[in-house]
Amino acid sequence: MGFSKSALNLDAAKETDRLVGFLQQNIRQNMRRGAVVGISGGIDSAVVLALAVRAFGPGRVVAVMMPDKDSDKLSETLARELAAKYGVEPLLEDITKALEGFNCYKRRDGAIKRVVPDYDPAKGYKAKIVLPQDLLDKETLNVFSVTVIRPDGSQETKPLPAREMLEIVGASNLKQRARMSTLYFHAEARQFAVIGTANKNEHDQGFFVKYGDGGVDYQPIAHLFKTQVYQLARHLGVPEGIQKRTPTTDTYSAPCDQQEFFYRLPFETMDLLGYALEHKVPVPEIAKVMGLTEAQVQRGMNDISQKIRTTQFLRLLPPIPEPPQTLAN
Amino acid sequence: MNQEIEKAIRDFIATRLLYSKEGFTYPDDASLLREGIIDSLGVVELVEFLQGHFGLKIEQQEVRPDNFDSVGKMAAFVRRKTSAAAPAS
Repeated sequence: MGFSKSALNLDAAKETDRLVGFLQQNIRQNMRRGAVVGISGGIDSAVVLALAVRAFGPGRVVAVMMPDKDSDKLSETLARELAAKYGVEPLLEDITKALEGFNCYKRRDGAIKRVVPDYDPAKGYKAKIVLPQDLLDKETLNVFSVTVIRPDGSQETKPLPAREMLEIVGASNLKQRARMSTLYFHAEARQFAVIGTANKNEHDQGFFVKYGDGGVDYQPIAHLFKTQVYQLARHLGVPEGIQKRTPTTDTYSAPCDQQEFFYRLPFETMDLLGYALEHKVPVPEIAKVMGLTEAQVQRGMNDISQKIRTTQFLRLLPPIPEPPQTLAN
Repeated sequence: MNQEIEKAIRDFIATRLLYSKEGFTYPDDASLLREGIIDSLGVVELVEFLQGHFGLKIEQQEVRPDNFDSVGKMAAFVRRKTSAAAPAS
């Protein structure tokens, strides 16, 4: 069968059953007794929670909400609705104080202030970091800018120097690592396993934090493109509000969706390009099917390839040297 | 043509981005990103280097592959910027 816009269509019922079996088998083999899932109010954790409850029943699943002071209040509202749908009583673990202990906000905001000197979160200033959004139409590079939103609604966007970019990312990643620690507390207190919520786009392109949201025991949807996660969500009856919500990073104080922060493409476009890249579909065929020019296809695929290549480090298990040569041999 | 600009860029990449003792061992037309020689952080550091070393002001919209994706392209970009900035004789 040739490449088409329906290339990613799944038999959602069949895939659900397969993933439920995947979870049951892995948990049993590793003598874990249940599942812990961090729920964010987003589509990925919603699908994972639904799968976990199907696999183990609500009594063997722990759902943890982990907001901090920057989190959108809607996230908790949707997460509670999700948990109620699947009969799980969610736990609330506010990680703000933990992050203050790590100097997360001080480090991040200090770096932003060096770039935009009037930035002052105490006065209601908000900030986010973004990538250029014209990926298909122009030759561009993945170079971050910081956008500051003032209390009066005015905005300023400035390119991020290397030092500030690294500090902002490092400080912000403390959030995902704090969440990882929290989930493992709940898992270890019960001999449960932490179930990851990364989808294929996140896993392959490195849109996760090493030992943060990437620090989990199993990754039951890391083989699914985002649009395929949505297919499962519809089959599993994930609440409408979550299905309709634009995927967000919910990491920075200013609202920031995943497209502007990292992917630079809408999911419908990116998923098909990612699929075509994996299956070595010729560029002219992709262009014809997707209604894009060949140059646009090439730009999109180059960006996906580059992200896969430059984030291999994140997916690496720690290498260990070969055994030493001993005196005996 | 004088290769001082290319040399400065090669030396910066080799010593500050690659930590290489062998110097910059790629051709000047090698695609730095596609061949995995540097990543996007390296691009940002190159922008800062060109601004500092050659006294350039680089606009965000100039940070694109045709200006930054090889030693040769960067050198050509520096030459264009410096001749544009030079006073007419």
